[in-house]
Amino acid sequence: MSLFESFKAFEWDVLKEVGNIGAGNAATALSKLLDKPVDMGVPKVSLLPFEEVAERVGGAEQIVIAVFLRVEGDAPGNMFFIIEEQSAKRMLNQLLSMNHQEDEGYSEMELSALCEIGNILAGSYLSSLADFTQLPMVPSVPAIAHDMAGAILSYGLMQYGEMGDSALLIETTFLEDRQSLEGHFFLIPDPESFNKIFKALGVELG
Amino acid sequence: MTGQTLVKVGMADLNIAMEGAVLKTTGLGSCVGLTLFDPQSKVAGMAHVMLPSSEIARESQLNIAKYADTAIPELLGRMEAVGARLGRIEAKMAGGAQMFALGGSDTLRIGPRNVESCKVILQHYRIPILGMDTGGNYGRTVEFDSYKGILLIRSVQHGVKEI
Repeated sequence: MSLFESFKAFEWDVLKEVGNIGAGNAATALSKLLDKPVDMGVPKVSLLPFEEVAERVGGAEQIVIAVFLRVEGDAPGNMFFIIEEQSAKRMLNQLLSMNHQEDEGYSEMELSALCEIGNILAGSYLSSLADFTQLPMVPSVPAIAHDMAGAILSYGLMQYGEMGDSALLIETTFLEDRQSLEGHFFLIPDPESFNKIFKALGVELG
Repeated sequence: MTGQTLVKVGMADLNIAMEGAVLKTTGLGSCVGLTLFDPQSKVAGMAHVMLPSSEIARESQLNIAKYADTAIPELLGRMEAVGARLGRIEAKMAGGAQMFALGGSDTLRIGPRNVESCKVILQHYRIPILGMDTGGNYGRTVEFDSYKGILLIRSVQHGVKEI
């Protein structure tokens, strides 16, 4: 992890801006979909021990809905859009007038709708990032899971596994109507991608 | 169960327990929760294996709990130090799922590869595998009771299961 330890305050700020631009566009897209204002938190960029990554969404056993996209291109990485069950229900209700029944699993139709919402938001995150960095970033077909946060997020950490016990992730949270609808974006660039992102943005690593 | 000591095993971590203490690891996706147990001395060990082999490691300080080929010998050593015997040890494992079915790159098959690697290493030590709940596309949380030798597996879609 020596690569990341050499990052200075300025480099961390650049990565925050990456999260800001990506999630800002995604929040705008969501706001348009919902026809309501959506607030966005200040992006967090952190080098987190694997064990703590899932804590960001309520712990390893917290049940969440996650849309996953593998980002291919010049700066590959993993992208997750994660929402809690309560928020997923509201989203289905507000966007599609689908009334989710309590205590029931999600139907294929509901999961497919949530997957598409995640896909639209993640797509707008990535395309704004690609514009900003001028690096081609091509998202894979999205996949959705309704499962434990730990099991889901660990999937995005494998590229870091060979190098150490922590991963660098760019996290942005957005909220609609205070907390009634909350979602998280996690962009986890592959370790080798950071140099390319910095280079594309004209940052010289000292 | 009240009164039982809970020993938490983190991601890429391992630990042992005895005298009825319970080993627990949460949110296994493609990782494998491997347990070893000596029914006579009631010594149990659990590893949360993340990757199949330490050959691919590029880290400066190797975390031996992370890889199947280094975690199992370490677990055996620690268990033997407190009275377990290799000849009596039995294994169980859960996890090794493929959370998302995308493309075909190697990273995406990491779950099945973790399971395979654990099997090969257990075979090397001639440790019998008494039970397995691996594969699928869902996460698992596991608890191992060092008194009963039972592995409890919980998942969102499939409820609770014991092996």
